[in-house]
Amino acid sequence: MSDSRDDERHDDEQAARLRRIDDAFSKAIPYNAWLGLQTVAASAKGEGRIVLRLPFRAELVGNPVTGVLHGGPITAAMDAACGASVFLALREPLRIATLDLRIDYLRGATPGVDLFCRAECVRITKQVAFARGTTDQGDPDDPIAIVAATFMVFRDQGSVLAEGMKRS
Amino acid sequence: MSEFLTVLADAKRLRDPSGIADAVPYLRAMGIETRLHDDELVCTMRFSEPLIGNFAIRALHGGTLGALLESAAATTLLWRALLDAPSMDGLVIPRVVSMTVDYLRTGRAVDTHARAIVTSAGRRVARVRAEAWQDDRDRPVAAAQASFLVG
Repeated sequence: MSDSRDDERHDDEQAARLRRIDDAFSKAIPYNAWLGLQTVAASAKGEGRIVLRLPFRAELVGNPVTGVLHGGPITAAMDAACGASVFLALREPLRIATLDLRIDYLRGATPGVDLFCRAECVRITKQVAFARGTTDQGDPDDPIAIVAATFMVFRDQGSVLAEGMKRS
Repeated sequence: MSEFLTVLADAKRLRDPSGIADAVPYLRAMGIETRLHDDELVCTMRFSEPLIGNFAIRALHGGTLGALLESAAATTLLWRALLDAPSMDGLVIPRVVSMTVDYLRTGRAVDTHARAIVTSAGRRVARVRAEAWQDDRDRPVAAAQASFLVG
């Protein structure tokens, strides 16, 4: 039965790690906390993939007639997800900043349903990192938005997110 | 008529868009105001702590600037449609299709303003350029290009 115990330990470690990333995220980045972003899954350090949940709430609605979400929180959550994917892809914790972000809204978000923001860092150069992402409402094959973002990587500056992770 | 359309009708009648921001839940939650300055609609995002994206250098979250730019683009189009519409029947609320945001400078922990220029307006699609600035209008902190469905 040692296998299942190992699995359990592995699951516990994973859950603890996600909580640590989540805490650091909320503490270092107040707007992520305001949005209510939760880390659902994150790749190992050195691989840049992350899934964040953006829980639906009435405050985020942009069209009061239809109840459809404003694009703002989706853009902001995707900026956060893409940034986090770059951060995870970096071998050392460095400060990053968004250079530009393009978002295509494929369709309006269904009112009342949580969003999942999936992002992947596709390449890091000395100074710039590139990320791609999608937003969906539970089915990754049926996205409501797609995103491409680029980030400046400051090789001479540490990350507050990393500091937050150390503290937590 | 829905409550929101009543707000829009009042804004049109009074030639004052300031009630629009209050009627949109996300704008109200973000502290974004919609005011006319010399006939131009300006969105102002009042600074508050939750808007911070980097607590060490006290910079605004990039996403808040994207949201402000999209708000300026959408409300500018909506305001224009309102002024042009002979009546409230058939008024179409613009729907954003795509947006590209360029982050030009660090957004500091102060109020941020944004305005938008409609660069082309057809029956179905409108293209908008938006700019956000803080103290100095000639030094934008972020700019965006967006397309909206308007028909």
